[in-house]
Amino acid sequence: MSNQALPRPRFNAPEPERASKATLKIESRTAPLLQGKVSEIPDAVFGWAMRLCGIAVVALLGLIVYELMVGSQLSWHAFGWKFFGGQDWNPVEEQFGALPFIYGTLVSSLLSLVIAVPLSVGVSVFITEMCPVALRGPLSFTTELLAAIPSVIYGLWAMFIMVPLLRTYVQPFLAKTLGWTGLFSGPPYGIGMLAAGVILAIMIIPIISSITREVLTVVPQHQREAVLALGATRWEMIRMGVLRNARAGIVGAVILGLGRALGETMAVTMVIGNRAEIAKSLFAPGYTMASVLANEFSEATGDVYLSALIEIGLALFLVTIVVNAMARLLVWSVTRGQPTKGVA
Amino acid sequence: MASRRKGLPEMTTTSTAIVIPPISLWRRIVDRAMTGVAVLTVILVLLPLGAIFAYLIYKGIGSINLAFLTQTPKPVGEPGGGMANAILGSATILAIASLMGVPLGIGAGIYLAEYGRNRYGDIVRFVSDVLNGVPSIVIGIVAYAIVVLRQKHFSALAGGVALAIMMVPTIARTTEQMLLLVPQAIREAAYGLGVSRWRTTLSITLRTATSGVITGVMLAFARVAGETAPLLFTAFGNQFWNWKLDQPTAALSLQIYTYALSPFDDWHRQAWAGSLVLIVLIVGAVSAVRIAVRRGTLAGA
Amino acid sequence: MGVGITVEQLNAYYGKTQALFDINLNVLANHATALIGPSGCGKSTFIRCLNRMHETIPDARVEGKVRIGDLAVYNGTSATQLRRRVGMVFQKPNPFPTMSIYDNVAAGLKLNGFRNRKQLDEIVEKSLHSSALWDEVKDSLHKKSGASLSGGQQQRLCIARALSVQPEVLLMDEPCSALDPISTGKIEDLIFQLKEQYTIVIVTHNMQQAARVAEFTGFFLLGKMIEFDKTEKVFTNPSDKRTEDYVTGRFG
Repeated sequence: MSNQALPRPRFNAPEPERASKATLKIESRTAPLLQGKVSEIPDAVFGWAMRLCGIAVVALLGLIVYELMVGSQLSWHAFGWKFFGGQDWNPVEEQFGALPFIYGTLVSSLLSLVIAVPLSVGVSVFITEMCPVALRGPLSFTTELLAAIPSVIYGLWAMFIMVPLLRTYVQPFLAKTLGWTGLFSGPPYGIGMLAAGVILAIMIIPIISSITREVLTVVPQHQREAVLALGATRWEMIRMGVLRNARAGIVGAVILGLGRALGETMAVTMVIGNRAEIAKSLFAPGYTMASVLANEFSEATGDVYLSALIEIGLALFLVTIVVNAMARLLVWSVTRGQPTKGVA
Repeated sequence: MASRRKGLPEMTTTSTAIVIPPISLWRRIVDRAMTGVAVLTVILVLLPLGAIFAYLIYKGIGSINLAFLTQTPKPVGEPGGGMANAILGSATILAIASLMGVPLGIGAGIYLAEYGRNRYGDIVRFVSDVLNGVPSIVIGIVAYAIVVLRQKHFSALAGGVALAIMMVPTIARTTEQMLLLVPQAIREAAYGLGVSRWRTTLSITLRTATSGVITGVMLAFARVAGETAPLLFTAFGNQFWNWKLDQPTAALSLQIYTYALSPFDDWHRQAWAGSLVLIVLIVGAVSAVRIAVRRGTLAGA
Repeated sequence: MGVGITVEQLNAYYGKTQALFDINLNVLANHATALIGPSGCGKSTFIRCLNRMHETIPDARVEGKVRIGDLAVYNGTSATQLRRRVGMVFQKPNPFPTMSIYDNVAAGLKLNGFRNRKQLDEIVEKSLHSSALWDEVKDSLHKKSGASLSGGQQQRLCIARALSVQPEVLLMDEPCSALDPISTGKIEDLIFQLKEQYTIVIVTHNMQQAARVAEFTGFFLLGKMIEFDKTEKVFTNPSDKRTEDYVTGRFG
């Protein structure tokens, strides 16, 4: 079956250059140096120790849920769903309604989003689309530096520097121009819902902008080129080619920022005024779920009081989990399958 | 106009090939205006950052002196005194937190990278992302429930437990990412030499990823070092020296909080000084380790 | 001295996909055996089954019998134990990036608990001599990292590393595919010398290389071993049409 006409591979094909045989000194083998049986036990022990660490992470979450559920039993049985609708927070008479705190948490967080979202998106767009490459690194680094500052230092700065500025300049101005809306009325204390919203905004900008940046960089270059090729200006390119494609991811970034704002404690506690009231004006003091825990938890006397506080903690926990899970899914839907670094 | 965007040289040729109608004045104005808006947002974001650091240094530096670093707080109303006990307390609490959180976090990271490329690993991954988003004050409640309630008093240990819980997810996920960056070929090289799996993981894979893992640990450390909320009802604070792990313990961040809310100017001054010390400690610790790691890798190179 | 390898009815799988079908093979001690075939034919999978590297891939599994010398590979021997007697050199040079040249060569012994420093020094030098790298690196043993060497030097470093644990069999998975012709020549030379002491199994997609270094050649196609014979026979007078098509360049 062999075909003599077929060319055979050349055995004397030009061989690669060879080292001179003299330099090679193959040492004769000695007996195996590693004697004895290898035990499989250490491997199994190590594997299970690492698995145990993984299980511990899940157990930690379980522990958090368990402790919060057990701790809030008393309050849940006493007030039921009314707990979340009640406006009365009276430790002396053991009447507990969490609505003012829920309201305060939601309003301060939403206010912070209103301020932080445009700024974060603006900064991200500037860094990814407009700024000279040399500035890109330092600018990203600086915005991320904001994230490293402890909350209590934000609070300190807000109390002594930002609040007086709000009181003397910003609030009178807002009252004069937008006072008719009812959102900016009443005496300008400085301290209050507005101050909380502003400091929260400063704190969540690094989170929103760093994730937005990540999302913007995975928008494929050809999307930009396609819009530019239609004769669009740079802004039109950003609006149609970049922001539109990154929409879901940006929403995810915003929700992640919301998650952080909802649970933020110290800075807010220091400037929000800590009064359990629901007021329409943003100048008025308020209270958040996290703040009431910070202020009253260690002083709570009475089991029902403590239990009510833990129930607030449980509610806060559940809300942040839902918000975070939503955000992760959205960010994931944009960056999925794409490298988050090294694109364009 | 297309050529205005740098880094897209190929666009220039396209735009000369196609006849593009002139861009209206209005569109050009909008384009310019939006660029201006973007620059403005950058300034607005950088402004508070600059202001915070400027005030920290300006207000803090004048108040840091030997007494501040060596003395405990004076009784209410008396000027002077310092935060030495709080600095010690913070160090104690952070040491406890690191002792518990770092091994657990790295272990979980090793699990995720080396054993958890499956459904169970996905569960752990998701749970640690969820844990990362839990508000710190809620973690404080849990540490209170599991440590303070059982011991019947506030303690450095309780504070450490709270901070350790916060460190674990961050360390686990960064460790995982860093280990996954180590090429499979490196692991196979070790296996091929008859090195057991645990030895390979510790001496080859983890060692190759060391600098990345340490960076992750430092990130987690920096994040919890300034935490206040979970310490409020775990470590609680203390005006005096305390060397016992099961007693209420002062922490720098707690002290800053207490002093900031006090009505005394001298305490406000000390709050600024404390903040400056805290920031310097955080930045210092992070950069010291970074430098040490860089040295280490260079020495190995 | 090296030892022979016997393979009986070997089947390998990646999840549900079967990669090797009923492989039977006898590898002679102290000879070089080459495995050739087009990409994806299973030759790398096969060599990775010999030291149980195949099973480090999730979902991968193996059926069948393999004996290396007196050692039953898939029956009772731990993978770690086996790999101490079967060295492996990989397609891409993979020195440990954080270790010095010395530590790279010593790693196999050190990580397995070998502590005698003096003997270690000797073995490192011997192994580097055997891989023809000693003269090039003897002045920077501790100073330079393994990753700082050139590609060809890195591959010879990896060979030295494999030799340091005194294996009986050396498996080489396309050891020259990432190297330039000069480095390739050096490594081929080395294989030629090493087979006096070791049993060598080398996977290659370069037929000339197989012809140059190996006494026996096996041809793999689609997970089956089509032909196994003396190298000369396989290349000049193959008994299977598919082998002939491949070695004459009509295929793959």
